[in-house]
Amino acid sequence: MQVSRIIFAPIFKVLRPVRRQRLLQVGLAIVIAHILMAIICGPTGNKEDPYGLTRLIPPYNPEKTYREIPRLAPPSAQHWMGTDHLQRDVFSRVISGGWAPIVVAFSSIAISLTIGSIIGWISGFAGGLLDRVLSLTMDAIYSFPSMILAIALVAVMQPGLVPMIMAIAVVYIPTYFRVTRAEVLQIREQTFVEAARSVGAPWWRILLRHIAPNTVNAIMAVSSFNIADAILTEAAMSFLGYGLPPPAPDWGFDIQNGQRFLQSGYWWLITFPGLMILSLSLGFGLIGEGISDLVNPKRRRKKGG
Amino acid sequence: MGGIGKYIVQRVLLTIPMLFILLTAVFLMLRLMPGDPVLAMLGGRNVSPQLIEERRKEWGLDKPLHIQYWNYLKQVARLDFGRSSRTGKPVIQELFTRLPATLELAIWGIFFAALFGITTGIWAAVRADKTADHVIRVFHIGSFAIPIFWLGLMLQMIFAVQLDWLPVAKRVTGIYAYTFHPITRFYLLDAIILRDGKLLLDVLKHLILPAVTLGIALTGFLGRMTRAAMLEVLDADYVTTARSKGLKERVVILKHALRNALIPIVTVMGLQFAILMGGAVLTETVFSWPGMAGFLVRSLDARDWNAIQGTIVFIGIFIATINLIVDIFYSIIDPRVRY
Amino acid sequence: MALLEVRELTVLYPVAVGLSAFFSHRFLVAVDRVSFSLPERGTLALVGESGCGKSSTGLAVLGLLEHVRGEVLFRGKDVLKMKGRELREFRRRAQIVFQDPYESLNPKMKVKAIVGEPLAIHRYRAGPDRVGEALELAGLSPPEYFLEKYPHELSGGERQRVAIAAALILKPELLVLDEPVSNLDVSIKAGIMNLFRDLQDELGLSYLFITHDLADAFFLSDEVAVMYLGITVEKGKTEVVLSCPLHPYTEALLSVAPGSRKEKLILAGDVPDPLNPPPGCRFHPRCPRAQTECAAEPPPEIEVGPSHWTRCLLLAQGKRHDET
Repeated sequence: MQVSRIIFAPIFKVLRPVRRQRLLQVGLAIVIAHILMAIICGPTGNKEDPYGLTRLIPPYNPEKTYREIPRLAPPSAQHWMGTDHLQRDVFSRVISGGWAPIVVAFSSIAISLTIGSIIGWISGFAGGLLDRVLSLTMDAIYSFPSMILAIALVAVMQPGLVPMIMAIAVVYIPTYFRVTRAEVLQIREQTFVEAARSVGAPWWRILLRHIAPNTVNAIMAVSSFNIADAILTEAAMSFLGYGLPPPAPDWGFDIQNGQRFLQSGYWWLITFPGLMILSLSLGFGLIGEGISDLVNPKRRRKKGG
Repeated sequence: MGGIGKYIVQRVLLTIPMLFILLTAVFLMLRLMPGDPVLAMLGGRNVSPQLIEERRKEWGLDKPLHIQYWNYLKQVARLDFGRSSRTGKPVIQELFTRLPATLELAIWGIFFAALFGITTGIWAAVRADKTADHVIRVFHIGSFAIPIFWLGLMLQMIFAVQLDWLPVAKRVTGIYAYTFHPITRFYLLDAIILRDGKLLLDVLKHLILPAVTLGIALTGFLGRMTRAAMLEVLDADYVTTARSKGLKERVVILKHALRNALIPIVTVMGLQFAILMGGAVLTETVFSWPGMAGFLVRSLDARDWNAIQGTIVFIGIFIATINLIVDIFYSIIDPRVRY
Repeated sequence: MALLEVRELTVLYPVAVGLSAFFSHRFLVAVDRVSFSLPERGTLALVGESGCGKSSTGLAVLGLLEHVRGEVLFRGKDVLKMKGRELREFRRRAQIVFQDPYESLNPKMKVKAIVGEPLAIHRYRAGPDRVGEALELAGLSPPEYFLEKYPHELSGGERQRVAIAAALILKPELLVLDEPVSNLDVSIKAGIMNLFRDLQDELGLSYLFITHDLADAFFLSDEVAVMYLGITVEKGKTEVVLSCPLHPYTEALLSVAPGSRKEKLILAGDVPDPLNPPPGCRFHPRCPRAQTECAAEPPPEIEVGPSHWTRCLLLAQGKRHDET
């Protein structure tokens, strides 16, 4: 053990950055593939041809029942991922269902990131009573299961894209608040902030030029993990029936449909949409891991043996 | 020096405003989100105005906001959330009968999370920077990237439908519905009290899939924490000393390193309870588990306003209590927490 | 008139302990009624171990701390009471150089922006030339080489010179040097110390030089004040204090300084908890000459020679003894 560590530690030291990049690379590759797929196969906004069938991808209109498609047929050369009970092509639904989770996750995180970090900057910087009240409020909301809160919120609005975005955004504000505030508290004590004060920099300059830019790294690392989480929340919402109204292709909702046929052994109905959710979320998780590796290089094991 | 006593008093005092703020936030969110909750609950268009007015009155949503708030606080204080329109019983009674099911699932979920998370975490730390470490790391990230409801369904499909090893859903097999009268509503405990071996086996079989599903959702957090804590401890001087004394590596890891790594690990486990409850919502839905999180989902489906509001408040109080207990517990085992 | 006159300066820090942060505050007295004066073009060294309050004194003099009592007169005006335009003007005329050049430069800003920032804050229109001049004054030439760099691309010595350039750019009169060389390698340190000396001759600066290193104090300062647990135990001309110290603490510091030929006086125990300072003379629990009376009452400050003050009961008694 000791000897091998002495020999191998330097080798790993050299390889380390490469491996680090790899997590990031794989994550980015997955996410970019998903985004491209969502752009190519998602709805076009054209009423005549809502899924760009002239481009041959997806092969079938994912929303449409085709008389020539068999019901609940297993995967075949014709229908790669089988067909569902409404005589629709599962492959077409799977590849065109990605845009909703992506749009929901990005927009909701953009909203909560903006609001959460602005409140976090102000709260951490101002300190005092304001900070205590805000921290207590945010901690209280943070302690509550975000999944349950988001589902309840979307349920009291009408189901759909915008309510999902709003519900998820509200639920994640405390996360950004906490991360940003913690960073601000730490940066505020650093001497370059003291230096700026000693020159007579006004508070807003200190906040905007010195403190805020130095919180960006931490916020970035958190937000990739958060997007991964938001994708799962979106999927859970549509699984419970609060997502896009049918017949729009939506992975979570398709899994709910497939659940009814699970006991009959129609495995393809839930397997493929689930794999899509998993890979999209995993992609963002890997990016998050890669970023946090880059941002806070892990403490090297200090002793050689 | 009365340090612990003082800490507990302060911690309890701090819980009260936190809970108050949480309850207020929940109250405001449920009412101030855009859109009309009554309308949303009744399913949107084509609802007669009379019905809307009727429901608004029934749920107390017709009064001014401050009066609603006052009534809400009174409800919370008395733990009386009205009757569920779906089941007709008082909401609080529904919740108390379902709480043991959720707790039983949560406890076993934590058990599996600890089992998977701590073992893989130790393994990754011991093999740091080797292939096993990388594989485990990706597994940990995957564990919180996996949609929990889908994981539950896949496990059902494989182990219940295809292999037929375990039951698909529910807490016990249907035939027990008439013969089994739960005492504590913790079915495992009940089976032991009743000295019914068959029942015990049946309950265990029903418990495995949901508990594993819930457990895997937490494995990533625990595993990463364990890995980090172990790495730190493995570098500490007392571990080096133990090694230099010629102790076997296994003894070093288990006896000296793990014991000291456990405190941060246990801390994380307590903090993940909120995530566990979030996972429970989906797990209970997939496995038709009669717990309070699944109750919430069914109430949402049935547009049962009293039950929805009551369940959310109840979960909030429940989590605040758990956090309080966990914090006090740590302050006793690790005095540093107090400062 | 002295450039800077500090009278009975007291600095308090609120101490929050754990959860009680929500319920109560205690105060720690970091600096306790410290007085000194700094003549124009002069250098006063504040000497002491870490935690003695010397850095707090430096920050308080610049009006950067809360909970400060006493007076800090800069050209006769009390810094602690300054507001608005007056305070802005003071911020231009008094600058600080911090200890750790790895922490005192914003990692997200280029050298150009760091050095130019004071100009922007004080709305000077002068542009890049002025930044280049300042860099050159601080010994970074050619300036073009450094302008576009980020702090992490520079060595420790270069970083400290960037910090000095930023402090010089507004042409200040007073520089507070807060342990400016203690984080640097010996080889680089000498260069920076010489730079300070040259800058003083060239620009007529006054320094409040905070250090724990007696050799540095000897090199740069005209006068020295030795601090222990928030109070000044001895002060006077640097040559006098450092060649014949009268307070046992100064003696001990000197005896352990490298190159000292005196018998080493190793102090017993640790610096006491500043939250509960010992009664009487604060130094008595560690003082090799402590008497029982030392624990009774804090000794007064007495003048023991021409502009040489100290706080020691033994000297006070000794003096009384001589008189009788």
